[in-house]
Amino acid sequence: MIRAFTLLLVGALVLPAHAIDPGEALGDPALEARARALSVEFRCLVCQNQSIDDSDAPLARDLRAMVRARLLAGDSDQDIRAAVTARYGEFVLFRPRFGGATAVLWLLPLLLLGIAGWFVTRMFSRTTSSEVE
Amino acid sequence: MIAEFGHFALICALCVCLVQVGAGLAGANSVSAGLMRVADMSARAQFGLVLIAFGALTYSFVVSDFSLAVVHANSHIAKPLVYKIAGVWGNHEGSMLLWVLILALYGAAFSWGERAMPSSLHARILGVQGLMGIAFLVFLVVTSNPFARLDAAPFEGRGLTPILQDPALAAHPPLLYAGYVGFSITFSFAIAALLDGKIDRQWARWMRPWTLLAWVFLTLGIALGSYWAYYELGWGGFWFWDPVENASLMPWLAGTALLHSALVAERRGTLINWTLLLAIVTFALSLAGTFLVRSGVLTSVHAFANDPARGLFILAILALFTGGGLALFGWRAPATPADKFQPVSREALLVANNIFLATATVTVFVGTIYPLALDALGGPKISVGAPYFNAVFAPLTIPFLIMLPLGPLLAWRNDRLSPLVARLAPAALAAALITLGLALTRSGTPLLALVLLGGAFWLIGGALTDMGQRLRRLQNLTQTPLLSAPVAHAGLGVMIIGIITATAWRQELVVAATPGDALRVGEQSLRFDGVRERAGPNYTSEQGRLVYLDGAHEGKALLPERRFYEAERSQTTEAAITTDLTGHLYAVIGEPVDDKRVVRIWYHPFVAFIWIGAILMALGGALGLAGRVVGRRSHAATGTGA
Repeated sequence: MIRAFTLLLVGALVLPAHAIDPGEALGDPALEARARALSVEFRCLVCQNQSIDDSDAPLARDLRAMVRARLLAGDSDQDIRAAVTARYGEFVLFRPRFGGATAVLWLLPLLLLGIAGWFVTRMFSRTTSSEVE
Repeated sequence: MIAEFGHFALICALCVCLVQVGAGLAGANSVSAGLMRVADMSARAQFGLVLIAFGALTYSFVVSDFSLAVVHANSHIAKPLVYKIAGVWGNHEGSMLLWVLILALYGAAFSWGERAMPSSLHARILGVQGLMGIAFLVFLVVTSNPFARLDAAPFEGRGLTPILQDPALAAHPPLLYAGYVGFSITFSFAIAALLDGKIDRQWARWMRPWTLLAWVFLTLGIALGSYWAYYELGWGGFWFWDPVENASLMPWLAGTALLHSALVAERRGTLINWTLLLAIVTFALSLAGTFLVRSGVLTSVHAFANDPARGLFILAILALFTGGGLALFGWRAPATPADKFQPVSREALLVANNIFLATATVTVFVGTIYPLALDALGGPKISVGAPYFNAVFAPLTIPFLIMLPLGPLLAWRNDRLSPLVARLAPAALAAALITLGLALTRSGTPLLALVLLGGAFWLIGGALTDMGQRLRRLQNLTQTPLLSAPVAHAGLGVMIIGIITATAWRQELVVAATPGDALRVGEQSLRFDGVRERAGPNYTSEQGRLVYLDGAHEGKALLPERRFYEAERSQTTEAAITTDLTGHLYAVIGEPVDDKRVVRIWYHPFVAFIWIGAILMALGGALGLAGRVVGRRSHAATGTGA
């Protein structure tokens, strides 16, 4: 228990993991690129903070195979995201979908910039009206 | 016996801390020179005592005293000496002791080094520093005693997690902590100034070198951690937006904002309240990072079932210092004079810098906390990972990059844009041409990557333009701070180039190979020669062999390994990496498949730029410090700074 704790020191350290195995890749480079891009977005549910693209867990391998099978069947990226989410829940998405519960997450940076911008314009309109040193 | 000395020294240090707080704060209030001297002596004694405790623990690790619980759980007789020593902080108790040691070191260094400021401010800073010493020493002694004994001493230890048995373990935690804990001094500066009630340009001038020092260490610590992960992890990722990484990135972003706002406070006497707030928040984020990591509330790769008492204790420390600091700020923050600067001025650009950095900090914070908060409030379980952060950060970076080169070239208070346009035209033109060239020759590069690359070139061009002007003004060594900004800014540009190219242009080959197979990744051809068994000092390994068939490295062999650590019953992957400036070839061997062997090879173009950029940034910070130190030596109070 304590020993696992030491890993905190290591910043980014993850247990050795590998991307896909030989033979998994699709023949069509364009489809394979889409498969990789999608795999990065899906969380491996039996690992800690790894995408299915990084993990060598059997569950991740199955999910990678499912993504590729659906790509071969002609599904769109959106279809695949929906199918994976339907099976495993929102938790599987490393990039949460925009919605009621996640709106804050997506809008906050814009909101902050907006507020800051408003402050700054107010500040300058105040200083320009008063005399400058 | 030695361990008991260490334990006793820790308790003494705690008592000395109590004296430091009392003498520092009371001495400053009653303007008693005697009491204030006691505070100074306490700070130095505290460091001496914690150093004794640290020495005692190190000794116990070196002689493998398995009667200590922490040595038994984390060490092994067969472990090489360097890892016995570095292993002192390769566990919770030892790393907290290192934390306290560095805290005490900063207190003592401040006591020795900062004699020029008013004695009451000096004593108050030591008093606040002592408060943190108390909090963390109590935490250490009560919940995480590194000197706890086992009833019957075992004959052998359980060993250190093999992944930690790496030379980087010797440097990464101390550097990172020197960064985190360094911000305790700036926090103390803010609290002491609020207590003192005198906050002016001079205050910012005294604080800024400490901010720089902590920032330089934190930059190096994060960069080393990233490089360690890169070569140890087995595929060449360098940043994972893991909560633990985010925990170190937040104080870095806030600390970077603090550096820049303190510059305005020092030179122009404005943004003082904002600087105070940032000083409090930066250290609060360092504490929050510690809490997040140690409490076990995060599902992280560093997942550990943990003692909830520890988490609660750190949460209490966090609440006390952050809440106390912010409350004091709300109560005592000085009334600010109107900020007298125009939209086109260095101040205005530094405000823009702070807006972006603050937004970035909050974004990382919210992204890290959001899934936890949502879950705690009964909302759905969601994940926030790398794709989210990349999607948010990339667009946020673009306006930041566009504006950055303008700042250092503008005059304070009020300037005009038109002369600047002429001065920066060559940089802009060069950046545009290089980007256009890349867009034409490197088809398939995503547009966003091209835009960011263009931004990085523009940033470097701007930094070089700035550097040329400043070099002409440079007359002696007290003026090295003049070069601080251009070097650090160029470093950021170099780092961004590395991040983008290594991400967008990465090439990969995953095959099951038989000895004699020729493998090709990108421009490189290699022959796989098979795998042999090999014995290391405390592990056995399978070593693969790949030989370059052509190019500059023709004939060179790469020897990736998989190591099996008997004592710890686990394995690590040791990648073999050819490190060229233009790119790294990164080879790993995997499991046997029938009579073949899985071989994975990546080509990471310009990936070294990431860490070279980080080193340049740290160098920029160090240049800012160097001139101050030289300047202080040569003539005491006033000097020239940038």
